[in-house]
Amino acid sequence: MAFNYDKYLRVNKMPTLWCWGCGDGVILKATIRAIDKMGWDMDNVCVISGIGCSGRFSSYINCNTIHTTHGRTIAYATGVKLANPGVNVVVVAGDGDALAIGGNHTIHGCRRNIDLNFILINNFIYGLTNSQTSPTTPQGMWSVSAQNGNIDPTFNACNLAIGAGASFVARETMLDPKKLEKILVKGFSHKGFSFIEVNSNCHINLGRKNKMANAMENLAWIDSITTPLKKWEALPPEEQLNKLPTGVLREVEQAEYCDMYEQVIAAAQGKRGKITQDDFAKKI
Amino acid sequence: MAREVIGNGNELAAEAAIDAGAMFFSGYPITPSSEVMHVASDLLPEVGGKFIQMEDEIAGIAAALGASMTGVKSFTATSGPGISLKAEQIGLGFIAEVPLVIINVMRGGPSTGLPTRVSQADIGQAQYPTHGDYASITLCAGSLSECYTETVRGFNLAEKYMTPVFVLLDETIGHMHGKAVLPDLEEVKANIVNRATFDGPIDEYKPYKVPMNKPAVINKMFQGYRHHVTGLHHGDEGFPTEDAVQCEFNIERLVGKINTVAKENDGLDDLPDYEEYMLEDAEVCLIAYGSIGLGAYEAVQKLRAEGIKAGMFRPIMLWPSPAKRIAEIGAKFKDKIFITELNMGQYTKEIERIIKRDDFTTLFKANGRPIAPAEMVAKVKEMM
Repeated sequence: MAFNYDKYLRVNKMPTLWCWGCGDGVILKATIRAIDKMGWDMDNVCVISGIGCSGRFSSYINCNTIHTTHGRTIAYATGVKLANPGVNVVVVAGDGDALAIGGNHTIHGCRRNIDLNFILINNFIYGLTNSQTSPTTPQGMWSVSAQNGNIDPTFNACNLAIGAGASFVARETMLDPKKLEKILVKGFSHKGFSFIEVNSNCHINLGRKNKMANAMENLAWIDSITTPLKKWEALPPEEQLNKLPTGVLREVEQAEYCDMYEQVIAAAQGKRGKITQDDFAKKI
Repeated sequence: MAREVIGNGNELAAEAAIDAGAMFFSGYPITPSSEVMHVASDLLPEVGGKFIQMEDEIAGIAAALGASMTGVKSFTATSGPGISLKAEQIGLGFIAEVPLVIINVMRGGPSTGLPTRVSQADIGQAQYPTHGDYASITLCAGSLSECYTETVRGFNLAEKYMTPVFVLLDETIGHMHGKAVLPDLEEVKANIVNRATFDGPIDEYKPYKVPMNKPAVINKMFQGYRHHVTGLHHGDEGFPTEDAVQCEFNIERLVGKINTVAKENDGLDDLPDYEEYMLEDAEVCLIAYGSIGLGAYEAVQKLRAEGIKAGMFRPIMLWPSPAKRIAEIGAKFKDKIFITELNMGQYTKEIERIIKRDDFTTLFKANGRPIAPAEMVAKVKEMM
């Protein structure tokens, strides 16, 4: 039987505002299927998005939804989750949202390890605002704000998340929706901050002047720059530079922030002693 | 039974927040407001509430707004530079109609300015903290007791009018340590206002479908009534729209639900919007607010001792201003009005707007120092 998306969509908001062939639709569907696999009660789900094409994500899913300001998704989501630890929170942000204007919140969300499911839709460009350079736009590509070619070094978002201490870090593309769904389920199942980068296309605004003006050309390029982690590890270092590994890149068990805060409450209410370094394995 | 407590203004404001029902604080440390955060971090977990120190000022307000969007009473505290950074998020609070108390303990500006010294130069910022059209509610504490009572009032107004509310302390009031007489806790609890809720059928839930000049009716999240929150202009159900009629209605309603309502009802609640001291038989009216009001009491006493019949008018609700009473004062005292502020005349402009004359005597100071009663006395004597 065909999967019933209508149960999860605000069907009266269809069709989406996204361009024909945009990867955001594939990611929306994969996210819905992953939520379905998790068996979440949609009354207890909050989807939070930022600004850019991905910002519309929240308005299409039928649950409690918040469309925030540019770059601040994780900060808003932290308030939602800490105030309501029992609910499931999915945060969707673009590469401009998460890595440029909101980079600080991304770092500290990862560090804090609060149980948010963070989906970074990386389409390597500012799509909504017509092709300005983003922190992930490859060097040498054209953008409307780098018309002689982009010289800005490129951000590796997953390396940033690992460095900042995220307990679950994964990268996938929208090329294989079933694989994406599986990675999302893994991330959603993980207790703590799940950082999931999804590489997506923007043939309209990245592709048009970078020799991939139709969706299939843009998808072929994404395929050419990504490779599964196992294969990536076997590559010589100079080739590793030009490929982004996909799959689960880090998965560790780590105390979750809302759980730790319960200990703060217990201490404040005299139900346990004050929190000391002895409560933690790591002392520095 | 009133209570007598010892504390500083910042501490009393934080205690008031918890007594008013706040269960969430997020913020970022900044002088001279940090004691609000210190007390919140201590007291909130005691009552099962949540405190989080965020990575920057923007996140400091964003998390509090996020918590409030789900229905949890929240607050944050900062000083002028922090408000500047929070400005965009405050705008989301206005348009999405999210209750939030923002305590601003004012220091000298602009920019980093005078971090540890007093000022009242964020009065204009409180009226228009962010881009776009909206109306702001701003309370200004003029005593230790008011640090408590105006913070409680801030929460009740935020919930009633579904909007961010500023509670302004200045550095002097915030750091002044002493005895405060507070209302009985039972009385505070009995007067707590909670946001209105819709309890009809779920498919008829339209949080922004409200008449002109009425606040949105937004239910708590995670209880079956699903809605969408956005900073974009939105229609009845909260979804984005660019419809000209709807956008015009939205802005008129955002402004009207505060300014028009305050004008029609002579205020936003039953509590005093100003204090008058020995004004009845006065021949000259001193106007001051915040910590400068404390100096003005003394100036009035000194002037009276010297045979000059002085009185004081001290606004508490700065925005929307107590315009009706200010107009009456203008009609009664004409040019015998003396206005003193710790800025270059930000509230004087509002008084000029209401009274429609500008021949008052003024004493402004913007060097981080308070205004001594003797300075006020000297200036008033020149007028008489």
